[in-house]
Amino acid sequence: MTRSELVRRLAKAHPHLLQREIERIVATVFDTIATALVRGDRVELRGFGAFSVRERAARIGRNPRTGEEVQVPPKRVPHFKTGKELRERLNRGRG
Amino acid sequence: MTGRTVTRAQLAEAIYQEVGLSRSESAELVDRILEEMSRSLVEEGIVKISSFGTFVVREKGRRVGRNPKTGEEVPIEPRRVLVFRPSQGLRERLDGERQ
Repeated sequence: MTRSELVRRLAKAHPHLLQREIERIVATVFDTIATALVRGDRVELRGFGAFSVRERAARIGRNPRTGEEVQVPPKRVPHFKTGKELRERLNRGRG
Repeated sequence: MTGRTVTRAQLAEAIYQEVGLSRSESAELVDRILEEMSRSLVEEGIVKISSFGTFVVREKGRRVGRNPKTGEEVPIEPRRVLVFRPSQGLRERLDGERQ
């Protein structure tokens, strides 16, 4: 499913909303999550999962072509941990 | 870092503020979005949200794990795990804010 398919599916379930309102709603949700992560906040969506920010320390990397050492600066990367309910749904009917 | 946690309630509040739907319909939409994404992951194994990121289901094979406390070997059954790959744009936004 893509973002536009998500909009289409929501439109079906909420027929009284305009397509452009649904697009704004979807944009608002993902922008709010992204902005929270940029602030360093955690985003916990019960049943679905949690987004957090992880710090990657600076390290010495190596250019794989030349073998030359390069400084890799510290980084902040988004991390997602699947929620319990979704993890169980993904594995239902197994084991 | 502020160390705050954003939940479904804050996402609903953002819709209420930005789009002007009622609070209850805003909350319903947050739930619906997450449910559509969950269902699609279970059934199709992939959700791509442009300029945010991609969620992909991966199959993990059986492997032998170890109880870290007792050192005892325990089989880990094959399972499906969900991986989130942030978009280039989201990565850059986060990294740009490094102090």
